[in-house]
Amino acid sequence: MLKAVILIGGPQKGTRFRPLSFEVPKPLFPVAGVPMLQHHIEACAKVPGMKEIILIGFYQPNDALSRYLSSAQQEFKILVRYLQEFAPLGTGGGLYHFRDQILSGGPSAFFLMNADVCSEFPLLEMLRFHRDHGDVHCAVVLATTANRKQSLNYGCIVESQKTHEVLHFVEKPATFVSDIINCGIYLFTPEIFTHIGMVFQRNQEEKRKEDQLWSRQRAEVIHLEQDVFTSLAGQQQLYVYKTQGFWSQIKSAGSAIYASRLYLNQYLQTHPERLVSSQEGGCTVNGNVFIHPTALIDPTAVLGPNVSIGKGVCIGAGVRVRESIILHGASLQDHCCVLNSIVGWDSTIGKWARVEGTPSDPNPNDPFAKINSETLFRDGGLTPSITILGCNVNIPSEVIIRNSIVLPHKDLSRSFKNQIILCQEVPSCLFSRWNHATAPLSPTCTVCFITTTPCTFLAI
Amino acid sequence: MKALILVGGYGTRLRPLTLTVPKPLVEFCNKPILLHQVENLAKAGVDHVILAVSYMSEVLEREMRLQEQRLGIRISLSHEQEPLGTAGPLALARELLTDNDEPFFVLNSDVICDFPFEDMLKFHTHHGKEGSIVVTKVEEPSKYGVVVYEGETGRIHRFVEKPQVFVSNKINAGMYIFSPSMLNRIQLRPTSIEKEIFPIMAKEGHLYAMELQGFWMDIGQPKDFLTGMSMYLQSVRVQNPEKLCTGPGFLGNVLVDPTAVIGENCTIGPNVTLGAGVVLEDGVRIKRCTVLKGARIRSHSWLESCIVGWSSSVGQWVRMENVTVLGEDVIVNDELYLNGANVLPHKSISESVPEPRIIM
Repeated sequence: MLKAVILIGGPQKGTRFRPLSFEVPKPLFPVAGVPMLQHHIEACAKVPGMKEIILIGFYQPNDALSRYLSSAQQEFKILVRYLQEFAPLGTGGGLYHFRDQILSGGPSAFFLMNADVCSEFPLLEMLRFHRDHGDVHCAVVLATTANRKQSLNYGCIVESQKTHEVLHFVEKPATFVSDIINCGIYLFTPEIFTHIGMVFQRNQEEKRKEDQLWSRQRAEVIHLEQDVFTSLAGQQQLYVYKTQGFWSQIKSAGSAIYASRLYLNQYLQTHPERLVSSQEGGCTVNGNVFIHPTALIDPTAVLGPNVSIGKGVCIGAGVRVRESIILHGASLQDHCCVLNSIVGWDSTIGKWARVEGTPSDPNPNDPFAKINSETLFRDGGLTPSITILGCNVNIPSEVIIRNSIVLPHKDLSRSFKNQIILCQEVPSCLFSRWNHATAPLSPTCTVCFITTTPCTFLAI
Repeated sequence: MKALILVGGYGTRLRPLTLTVPKPLVEFCNKPILLHQVENLAKAGVDHVILAVSYMSEVLEREMRLQEQRLGIRISLSHEQEPLGTAGPLALARELLTDNDEPFFVLNSDVICDFPFEDMLKFHTHHGKEGSIVVTKVEEPSKYGVVVYEGETGRIHRFVEKPQVFVSNKINAGMYIFSPSMLNRIQLRPTSIEKEIFPIMAKEGHLYAMELQGFWMDIGQPKDFLTGMSMYLQSVRVQNPEKLCTGPGFLGNVLVDPTAVIGENCTIGPNVTLGAGVVLEDGVRIKRCTVLKGARIRSHSWLESCIVGWSSSVGQWVRMENVTVLGEDVIVNDELYLNGANVLPHKSISESVPEPRIIM
């Protein structure tokens, strides 16, 4: 029998997904109309012999996660459990810590996947490849091709043309090694734990030698890529299966829109019932669009391509939405225009307002280009990117919000371009006074957004 | 009586509109700029208008012949072959201006206001000297030439060009009335009336200032064109409110040509002018704009502070703001954002212009 393990991370991870990850854990963020994790779970549930899906992460137990797990269990008739790490243990530490649970029942193999990837999940093909190559080794790594420049951002794999063995593996090299990159989806046999165990022992010994006061990392933290794969490469233990199917990381909000497009396109084959087409008396639909059945859409609205409309969303007359995700409960009033944006839960956009971002799509002329994970700032200014409205943001009529990120629970009163709108617009914001003591007070604070620790002021 | 209107040359500050139409014929509130002045001059008893041009236009000639018929006055063109400055054109037209003893008007062609031609004549006749200048009060006088004069009589002491410290808040409004003898002061060569002629006349006590009541604007560039339009429409509301459009969907002062077509659920105004044959489709929001003849604004678009050129087409869900000017026959594709774009004629725009620039 088979199992699947999905690494879902925790609140300190996935900070590039803020402010959307303030409301909902990133793995539950809707991509193409369903939670990010659901695409993984659906793919796993389709594999014959799959008996259990285990989620490993360090989120505190919360309603959203528990509710999702129980509904997934019911829908897919498969055991789904969440195992919480006592601390962030890296991509290999949690796996090792819960090895007994993973191996209980004696699975012949198990898949390991990162929650924040978007993929066709060619799991059956990976199983077939594993059997065709003798079953003896302990891991198959799913890989895809990147262009030379972007390959440096991923784990790079050097493959033997004849045997498809991984000869060399290096995580985010500084110089070009290979254009074959690691997708973050693996098929392991139980032997993998022997190798992870050796790394674990080695780390424990080194920690004992180190001064306790200065150790920056827990002894139990293990990075699968750097600690395990690099040493397994070239030992006839690690094999690579290259896929031609679509694949993308989902690190930033912009990549959620790109991933939506990939999945919505996949729905044409796998879930055509999730797509909407132009109907008599209904709104005009271009390309692939997901509309939740409880959404209310005026017939004069024009939606798509690449649009997901969430639960209970209201869309007024003459509204235009393109390349965007509209989250549950949002309300778009007459004649407004939403392009390349994510509109947060329960937000409203006033009449004739324009909410617009800049897409960060990979170069369409390069078949191996991947979405860029741009830094938030570039040349002293905000990098133009998808516009994100956090939850419960109100945009007044007739303004333009362009290339901006608006944190939750804000009522805007004017147009904004290329800004992060964090605190009150009154310059007496406590936080801006504290950090910009010598600089002119500005209505937008950016400092606390780029730190990775949640800032207490965000509770205001 | 006679009047000389300094029309000048290519009207470069009102490009891209003036690339296809001579500036005097660009419609301001649905009537060619020149016609606002000429009609008012005719009403004040002027029977001969001379247009001083430095660039000859067949279109202008033809249009003026039509207006001659319509208004029953004579309109001549005085063409300077080489640039003559602001006073030279007067010397060039000397023959036309001096065939009788009556005073004559001189106007700058970019000026719009409640033209006070009858008052100017009375004022000029009363003091009996050679020249009268209309002055107007402005908020930021240092951008202009400032006039210093005696409040009681109006006698001008001096001019100060773009003063650094506050001298006076009255500036030259670009409208004059002169006695024919004043022409003896001007030679037929490039001459600046403000720098060379007026100072001497002022010293000799021959120059008087009359303060203009009401609005005034130099509409020679797009930003001021729109401000002037708003002022003019307000004056129409006071004097001829029946000419403006009211009702649901109309806010403030809106002037609509009877042949314009407006869709449903539009909100128009304040301060909008729609020319002949203009079409606004459903759900358009437009404020502080001039839409010239034959242009079409497609549904759900939002425009503020724009000039849309003749026969242009603005797509659906377009947002245009910040003195965006479209020349003749410009096409703006759907869903774009234009911020301060200056678009030359016959151009198709397929990408947003998020920061002000010129599109050739």
